[in-house]
Parts: sequence; C-alpha cells; structure tokens
Amino acid sequence: MSLQTEITKRQIASHRLGSLRQMKLDYQLYLIIVLPFAWLMIFQYGPMYGLQLAFKNFRIMEGIWGSPWVGFEHFIKFFESHQFVRVVGNTLWISFYELLAGFPIPIILALALNATMRTRFKLTVQFITYMPYFISTVVMVGIILQFLNPRIGIVNMGVGLFGMEPINFMGEPTMFKSIYVWSGIWQSAGWGTIIYLAALSAVSPELHEAATIDGASRLQRIRHVDIPGIMPTIITLLILNMGMIMGIGFEKIFLMQNPLNISSSEVISTYVYSVSLASSAPNYSFATAIGFFNSLVNLILIMTVNQIAKKVGETSLW
Amino acid sequence: MSNSKLALTRSDKIFYFFNDLFLLMALLAVLYPLIYIVSASFSDRLAVVSGKVVLWPVDFSLEGYVAVFKDPRILLGYMNTLFYTVAGTSINVVLTIMAAYPLSRKTMVGRNMIMYIFAFTMLFNGGLIPNYLLIKELGMIDTRWALLLPAGLSVFNVIIARTFYQTTISQELFEAASIDGCSHVRFVWNIVLPLSKAITAVLILFYGVFHWNSYFNAFIYLKSDHLYPLQIVLRDILVQNQIDPTTITDPVSMMRKQGLGELMKFSIIIIASLPVWIVYPFVQKHFVKGVMIGSIKG
Repeated sequence: MSLQTEITKRQIASHRLGSLRQMKLDYQLYLIIVLPFAWLMIFQYGPMYGLQLAFKNFRIMEGIWGSPWVGFEHFIKFFESHQFVRVVGNTLWISFYELLAGFPIPIILALALNATMRTRFKLTVQFITYMPYFISTVVMVGIILQFLNPRIGIVNMGVGLFGMEPINFMGEPTMFKSIYVWSGIWQSAGWGTIIYLAALSAVSPELHEAATIDGASRLQRIRHVDIPGIMPTIITLLILNMGMIMGIGFEKIFLMQNPLNISSSEVISTYVYSVSLASSAPNYSFATAIGFFNSLVNLILIMTVNQIAKKVGETSLW
Repeated sequence: MSNSKLALTRSDKIFYFFNDLFLLMALLAVLYPLIYIVSASFSDRLAVVSGKVVLWPVDFSLEGYVAVFKDPRILLGYMNTLFYTVAGTSINVVLTIMAAYPLSRKTMVGRNMIMYIFAFTMLFNGGLIPNYLLIKELGMIDTRWALLLPAGLSVFNVIIARTFYQTTISQELFEAASIDGCSHVRFVWNIVLPLSKAITAVLILFYGVFHWNSYFNAFIYLKSDHLYPLQIVLRDILVQNQIDPTTITDPVSMMRKQGLGELMKFSIIIIASLPVWIVYPFVQKHFVKGVMIGSIKG
C-alpha cells in the first residue's frame, strides 16, 4: 500500500520533471503564442468582464465596476415585455425556415453534381454557383432591393406581365422571411456543396462497382451508397445548425429592415442594437442582459445537441 | 466513379437526363440575376427604369460608371478599404500562424488547455455592448485601429492552419532540425513557412475577402466620413438611397434623374464586387481546399 503510493508519487514527480524539461525545451513555443494569446485575452475575454452590466444599472460616470447592482431586473423586464415573444419568435421562425429550406438543398445539389458524367458541365455549374458567396452582405441586400423595387425591379416587371399591380415586397411583413431565406439560399447553396462533395469523393468506388454488379441503378446507388456515405457529414452539419438556431446574425437582417416590415424582421441581435447604440435613450444594461441571455442559450443549445449526437449517432463536434 | 463504359440501362438514361436538367436549372437560377445586373449596369438609364432590360444591355452606355467615379465618396471608400484589407490581413495572417504553429506541436505542455481557451470563444462571447465599451475604453472609437485590432484573428482559421501543420509538418522534422541547433522560431521561418505556402494562401484569401466585404465593425465603431470603408459608402447609396446630388448635374426631368440614380446602383454593385471576382477564378481551388481542411475535426 505505502509502497504503491510511493511509486505513484515518484511517477508523478518524474512526469512533472518531464513536463518541466519539455517546457524548457519548448519555451519558444510559448514565446510565439504569447501575442495571439494576449489578443485573445483582451479582445475575446475582455468583453466578458463587461457582462456584469447585465446585472447592474450602467452609469457612464461610474463605469462598469462602479455601477450599482440590480440583480435579474433586466432579464425579468425582457421576459415580461411584449417584445420578448415577438423578437424570440421571429428569431426561431427564421432559423427553422432557413434550416428546413436551406439545409437539404446543398446536399441534393452535391449528389447531383457528383452523379453527372459531364465533367466540364460539372465544373461550370460549380464555378458559377460558388460565385454569389463572395458578394458582400451590403451588395447582396442592394441586389435584393433593386430586384424587388416596386417601380423598376425586374420581379415587378414580371408581376406586371400577369396584369397585377406591383408589389412592395420589402414593405410586406408576410414576405420578409421568405425573401431573407431564399436570397440566402441563392447566395450560399453552391458554396455549401463543397463539404459534401469532399465527403462524396471519399465514398469507396468498390461499393459503387459492387452495387452496379448487383444491378443497382444510379438512383438506387445514390440512395444506398452515396447518402449513407455522407451521413456522418450531414449529421455533423445538422448539429452545428441546430446549435445556432438562436444565433441569427445582425448584418443582413439589419440592412433588410424598414419600418414597414419591422414586425416580422426584428430578431434578438437587431433588437439589442435598437435599444442601445441606435436608441436616443440607450439602455446599455438592458441590451447587455438580452445579449447575455442569447449567448447563454446558444452555448447550452450547442452543448446539448452535441451531447445528443454523441449518444445517438456516434458523431459529434468535439 | 460513375464513368464506367457499360451501356446504360433505360432507367439510368432517364436519370442522367433529369439529373443534368436539374443542374442546368440550378445553374440558370444563379446565373440569371448576375447577368441581369451586368447588363443593366451597361444600359441606358431610361431602359433600366422602364424595364426594357431583360437579358442583354439595351442602348449600351457607360453613363452609370462615369457617374460612379464622379462620386468622391466611392473613390475614398475604395482607398480606405484597400488599406484596411492589406493592413488587416497582414495582422490576421501573422497572428494566426503564431497561434496555430505552437498549438500544432504535440509535445507542447498545456496545449489542450490553451486550445480550449481559444475554442471556447467560438461558442461564447461578450456580445455587442461589452465589446463596444471595451473598444471605447481602449480609445479606439473612430480610429482605423477599430477595424484592424478587434478582428485580429479568427479561431476557425487558427484551427484550419493548426490541422494543416499537424498533418504536413511532422514532429520528426523538428527533432531532426533541433539536433542541428535549430530553434522553434527559426524552424517556423526557414522550414514551416516555405512548406506551407498553400495554407498561408488560404488564410490570406479568407481574411482578405472578410475585410473587403465586412461593414459591421465600421458601422459600429466609426463616425467620420473620411475613415469609411467602401461597404459603408455602399450601404448609404444602395440601402439608404443617398445619392450625392452633385453627381447629377444636368437639369432634366425627374424621371431621368431617378433613372441615373438607379443605373448607378447597378454599376456600383459591379465595381464593388469586381476585385473579388477577378481574383476568384485563380484562387477557387485554394478556397475549396480551405473549406475541406476546416471540415476535418482537429
């Protein structure tokens, strides 16, 4: 017993010495990483210090540290406000819409690209469908506005051909979510195929040959060879997407907002902005609390779906 | 894999026909809006506002482009963006490599811990207001630094680079070099960088496109017109609909004025996207490589 502890102690000691010696040997690695690490501490962990504002009433004169504590007041105010249901509802609705419509399309596109026998044609389709991904958010929204313009937009020219009155698409709250989601699909479905095409190219050719000899048609091979082959990739990406269901980015949706569609387009990230930096009576603490709530939900969501995936599908992000 | 020379069955022939038809439709759905924008930008202003442009330019004209270059905001924005892209990307690439190389060395004590500290920021961050207050506290509001330092590196790109180093630069290579007295710093400079030009290229591209296209930090942190990057100028013109009245000088009818405003927007869309699209054909395969390395779990 005592002998064993003695041995363990020695092992730990020698291991420590080993680590220390190794650290000495590799001291330059720490020297190299110190600069990016300092950046991380200042610009990523630094703002986390400011999160305490969520539980305080921010007063500019007294700074973050000196402002008085108020507990969960801001969170309760947010949960009880009529904005809560609307803003969280819009966020979830848009996310699920995006997931339902946007997730399968790159998979189908990748399967079709992988199956075609025309190589040049395949390269052309890839080249063109990747292009919109490099359009900036501002330009993308500019394009949407030009196309849907009630006076000069090409879409309304088409609507006019059917003898209908021009539609003010951007002013219709009911159309906002579809415009947001489908313009996103136009922009990134092609780019989204890359990851699946890589997975498809790793599917063993022997499986295809064996299936062909057994008389499987190309369509059956997609169903029984290609899709099972990329299933781990599909599940991994699905986890990632499920984890981001509350995390709609600010940039595109903010640019698409206007007073007419705001009831359908206000999401958590834009609401945070509108009650703080954009407001004439900014409430920094309230905004911090909403942002904090959102970040926490995102964190819990992604950890949960990852855990579920680990148990069910033996695939996980980490 | 599907290029077997066996005769196709009837059902396979039908499949390939519909498969290619589907791809053709996808191709046209993406291509048509792009062609329309290019054609509209080269058309006459009246043809644009009266809906005569359908596929090809109508009454070819360069008026839109001429008007765009008369707008001083655009030229200034272009120069500013050029600066932010070059300076920002340089900072990004240096910091990313400095983080990725140490984290790729399996002998590094505490490597996993440091990796977690980096990766956690992908899952959780302080949010808008704490970030804003930090930048304010650091005195960087309305300075060029606000566009360079807060976006110092992306942890996702660190992971891409780290995965690349792990798989291409073996531990034995460093051990062999270190026997000859080579330190880590010299090893990175003389051996790692020359051997990993591909990943450096990917990093430059990812960061470069990010800086060229981003507007959020400028929108939040900048107040002075003379610091604005192109994307903020574009937002004013394309989304906020602010046309500089001095660029429209001829005293003609309202319709013609509006027409030029709309025509200009199409030209601006092209001019703003052109640099990325010119580079894109040459670097497409690097982008693809970057996405594929990023998809490997490290």
